[in-house]
Amino acid sequence: MTLFIEQCLNGLQFGLLLFLLAAGLTLVFGIMDLVNLAHGSLYMLGAYFAATFAAWTGSFVIGAVLAIIATLLVGMALEVIAMRRLYGRDHLDHVLGTFGLILFFDEAVRLIWGPGGLSLPVPAWLNRSIEILPGVQYSAYRFAIIIVTLAVAAFLYILVMRTRVGMLIRAGASNREMVGALGVNINLLYTLVFGLGAALAGLAGMIQAPILTVQIGMGENILILAFVITVIGGIGSIRGAFVAALLVGFIDTLGRAFFPQILVELLGRQAGSTAAPALSSMLIYILMAVILIVKPQGLFSANSR
Amino acid sequence: MTDALLKVDGLSKRFGGIVATDDLSLTVARGELHAIIGPNGAGKTTLITQLSGQLRCDSGRIQFAGEDITALPPHTRSLKGLARSFQITSLFLDLSVLDNVALAVQAHAGHSFHFWHDARKDDALRQPARAALERAGLSGRADSPAAALSHGEHRQLELAMALAGHPRMLLLDEPMAGLGPEESARMVAMLRALKDEVTILLVEHDMEAVFALADRITVLVYGRVIASGVPDDIRANAQVREAYLGDADKGGVHV
Amino acid sequence: MKFALTPRNLVTAALLIGLALLPLYVALTGDRFMLTLFTRIVILAMAAVSLNLILGYSGMMSFGHAAYLGLGGYTTAILSFEGVHSGFIQWPAAIAVSALFALAVGALSLRTRGVYFIMITLAFAQMAYYLASGMARYGGDDGLSLESRSTFAGLIDLSDKTTFYYLCLLLLFASIMLVWRLTNSRFGMVLQGVRSNETRMSAIGYPTFRYKLTGFVIAGTLCGLSGALIANHTDFVSPSMMFWTRSGDLIVMVVLGGMGTLFGPVFGALALLFLEQFLPALISTAVEPFNPAGAAKAGEYWQLVLGPLLLFVVLFARGGIDGMLRALSRRGADAERARHD
Repeated sequence: MTLFIEQCLNGLQFGLLLFLLAAGLTLVFGIMDLVNLAHGSLYMLGAYFAATFAAWTGSFVIGAVLAIIATLLVGMALEVIAMRRLYGRDHLDHVLGTFGLILFFDEAVRLIWGPGGLSLPVPAWLNRSIEILPGVQYSAYRFAIIIVTLAVAAFLYILVMRTRVGMLIRAGASNREMVGALGVNINLLYTLVFGLGAALAGLAGMIQAPILTVQIGMGENILILAFVITVIGGIGSIRGAFVAALLVGFIDTLGRAFFPQILVELLGRQAGSTAAPALSSMLIYILMAVILIVKPQGLFSANSR
Repeated sequence: MTDALLKVDGLSKRFGGIVATDDLSLTVARGELHAIIGPNGAGKTTLITQLSGQLRCDSGRIQFAGEDITALPPHTRSLKGLARSFQITSLFLDLSVLDNVALAVQAHAGHSFHFWHDARKDDALRQPARAALERAGLSGRADSPAAALSHGEHRQLELAMALAGHPRMLLLDEPMAGLGPEESARMVAMLRALKDEVTILLVEHDMEAVFALADRITVLVYGRVIASGVPDDIRANAQVREAYLGDADKGGVHV
Repeated sequence: MKFALTPRNLVTAALLIGLALLPLYVALTGDRFMLTLFTRIVILAMAAVSLNLILGYSGMMSFGHAAYLGLGGYTTAILSFEGVHSGFIQWPAAIAVSALFALAVGALSLRTRGVYFIMITLAFAQMAYYLASGMARYGGDDGLSLESRSTFAGLIDLSDKTTFYYLCLLLLFASIMLVWRLTNSRFGMVLQGVRSNETRMSAIGYPTFRYKLTGFVIAGTLCGLSGALIANHTDFVSPSMMFWTRSGDLIVMVVLGGMGTLFGPVFGALALLFLEQFLPALISTAVEPFNPAGAAKAGEYWQLVLGPLLLFVVLFARGGIDGMLRALSRRGADAERARHD
């Protein structure tokens, strides 16, 4: 039972982390109609920045804040230099152009930080267990992640639903011309939105840095998960991304933890343990296939084009 | 009514709160040119889209040649002889003019699971395509890319493609839209020649053309039929005048 | 069709002759490495040719094409591992497995459009990737080595590198021929119509889904065959050959060479693998005069150049290599006409 609660919390934590990535992706999708494969590179940069700045300043928190600001700036620069030229072109151009950017970023990171990868230790004050429920111990760092990401999700919700900028973002997701007609500086709005998405990706990378090793190509795996989430949630929908991220986080974590046992029960020891590793990593893709069969536009489609 | 080719009963379609088609009933007799007119936003294009099957209706029934086609997908309707043209030019712009029409011919020449023989040298496709181009007055442009044609020529190509399948009925969505006076006159002449061979449902803003061509006219306002009859009756109908007068100050149509 | 001596046709002919004569060059110079490199180019060109059928000719933006390369490869390797060495069984099996996978993926993904289609094909390819990683018996993440190359009852010996090269080249030419016939056939006209304007295609009476699905399966099948070739070429298969970035490479080849053109994918495969192979040396040479000590190291970072180069192609040279050759030919023709006038 304790294990189950712990795995649920892990699932929640992973889901929320994925939400940070997927939110930026779905915003950029929904508003600029841009498929950005290089989103995973921004996640990677966030992790590298965090590890570097934390080592320089000697403070985890200052390092984290600097890392987020740095990714925000890189994101905005990237939008102005490259992404802007891709708007209004077809998706194939986006895929290719941003694929090129992945190569560029991977190589740039190797040039700057070397091929070895970095590590960012969990700060001492978070490197312990806390009793979150009577009798249930949980990693303080992971618990902190849950709190921080929930706060960010709440901030995003307020930003998108309650502010003028958010109104423009929502309007932009459903009707681009209208926002232009309102006399809003579209270029600036796009740069800001892209920067926001980049900062969220950077935050996600920074958060993951102490859990995983910081290495080149770390964005490539998780990017696909983020895409799966945006597709399941419905492109352009923050709410959809939130629901889908939690769904994927839970299913992936719980699937890996318990699915092998279930399979062994069902199929017998031999067949179950043979099929388990492959099937449990495939779970979320199966989920995505099922959802797309039932709802080809995802769960919460912002623009039903 | 005898010899109805198309029969629409109680058709309805809403988009959210907006009623695009409201309990609409309509009959088009075989051989007639039936025009649909109405102010902007009356739901004329929505009606065409529902008839051709790109849009499902919420309720109601569509019968074509005595058969219920309400639930059929667009391609099946097209194969049954119900062809449509598009208001906004919808062509294969990167293919040649002849290819465009040949594709329309091919759609009606059985399945296309032929993998080996060069379709561009296939007389069974090319001859009828050339003939359709001829009738639409486009023979001279057969080998140009469709993208290179003028707007008026695009409308002619639309017509050629609709004709290529030897349809029993044509749904024409504003074939005159955006044409200059000379091109319009040419289109009217072409349609007049066509109406002897094929039943036509014509949605059109150009009143001069409509009254010159139509056997019957149906007037739509907010998705509902407010009048239907021969041109002289429609011209005299008070309700129609009112509907159009209400629209006239927006630079609408003059009856 | 008349064969005019345009730069485009000349370069294409030179490419084909070059490919055919490559073993001669290798025999004369003893440069075995070139034979290995070109065998790889030819096989990947075949995969790119298959992708071009759906991406270039029918506008289906499949982002999971490497899965078929992997499936074909794995089928071959697994059969070999289980003691079945005959190519007469391995290769048809590789083709059948890829065809079935393409049928399943296509049937599900072709119901969606646009970004959703890109993503769902990507996700299914990732599924194949994880499936391969999870097969502990067949090496899991570490991959699986082939005990021996496919045997063909003594008819041809694939362990002879020149023979194998010619077999690959033959199959590449056959694929190009197939795509040429297909795209000009009635079926191919439907695919091109779908690329151009799918709404209109269904409006004039085409049940587009079944044509798209057929195209999708043909492309997957052809790519599965090139997977059987690549497994024989490297004597090894691993999940990484199905990772999504590999699918990205295939797309790059098609676009770099020229989408929807017969020989574009071959140019693209050649260009990408040449860049991969020789860009490092090129960069080193370029850096040498400025920083002799760092020159060799600079070459290692060749992707720093390749990435922006891709972006550049997307932004400014959408027709790819074939498009440039075509423009060159057109300019030549214009000049010719001007001279005659």
